[in-house]
Amino acid sequence: LAGVLERSREQLLRQTCEAVVLGVLHPRTAISLVLQVLSDAGSLLSCCLNAACMALLDAGLPLSALFCGVTCALQPDGTILLDPTALQEQEARAILTFAIASSERKVLMATTKGSCSVEEMQQCLAAAQRAANTIFQFYRDSVRRRYSKS
Amino acid sequence: VTTCGLLRHRPGGGGAFWVDSQQKRYVPVKGDHVIGIVTAKAGDVFRLDVGGSEPASLSYLAFEGATKRNRPNVQVGDLIYGQFVVANKDMEPEMVCIDSSGKSSGMGIIGQDGFLFKVSLGLIRKLLAPKCEIIQELSQLYPFELVIGMNGRIWVKARTVQQTLIIVNILEACEYMTPEQRKQALAKLSGT
Repeated sequence: LAGVLERSREQLLRQTCEAVVLGVLHPRTAISLVLQVLSDAGSLLSCCLNAACMALLDAGLPLSALFCGVTCALQPDGTILLDPTALQEQEARAILTFAIASSERKVLMATTKGSCSVEEMQQCLAAAQRAANTIFQFYRDSVRRRYSKS
Repeated sequence: VTTCGLLRHRPGGGGAFWVDSQQKRYVPVKGDHVIGIVTAKAGDVFRLDVGGSEPASLSYLAFEGATKRNRPNVQVGDLIYGQFVVANKDMEPEMVCIDSSGKSSGMGIIGQDGFLFKVSLGLIRKLLAPKCEIIQELSQLYPFELVIGMNGRIWVKARTVQQTLIIVNILEACEYMTPEQRKQALAKLSGT
């Protein structure tokens, strides 16, 4: 049964997608995105964000920017762990998820579970923006592979 | 640039650059020739499903030689090949089956039998390119009638049901086959 957690994830995804999808080109039309979780090994929300962006790319919808999701786990000793597993998420002091746009690495969405200081959040954001480069490169490679077949 | 795709360039004239992207869902564009399925008759207007977000409307007078007394014989479920005369994001799309001089030029109700199926928009563009190899090779296999709609729909009719289905399968598979694989498959079919 869908609970509050799923609904909050839907809401976060919807806000991110609404920021990049050019809805002006499709008035009175519903764009529905369906995500099915096959296996959850941690960092589920950022995985959903990445999958959503790739689905929008695959469908050929006009977007103003690409976006990707990065999860950071703040461990009790202060070290930042990117893309944590489920076990690392449980042991962490705080989990921060950011949705980062491809245009100048702006932040589209940020959500936190747990408590952290402002400096720690800024550090996590900087690390996430660096990691976003790898994810965008993966998007490019996938799209290149797809278009090279046609 | 708002869609992903291959950047293509045509050197002739002033030179043109465009992004060749593969879209899954059809968006009605003015002047496109499409195959629509009649879903309802509402007074003087037919409602057609063209695969977009809204059904298109087609007036009964938009056929060659149609007058108020001489109505075209269109039933619900018929296939119509026509072009868009109004198609933008703010209005319901409108279709006609005559061109600007009043002639039908191949448009109108598509005949009985045959097989309608859906392919991706990229394959349609490939098939509609001038001197398409796929169609030339297929025409050497069996004689058949072919209607290609820009909304991803293709209607095929050959002499027998089996030949029709073979052509349908080849067209659907053409999307993912390389030219050599296609020639092999056709050679096997014309041999047996």
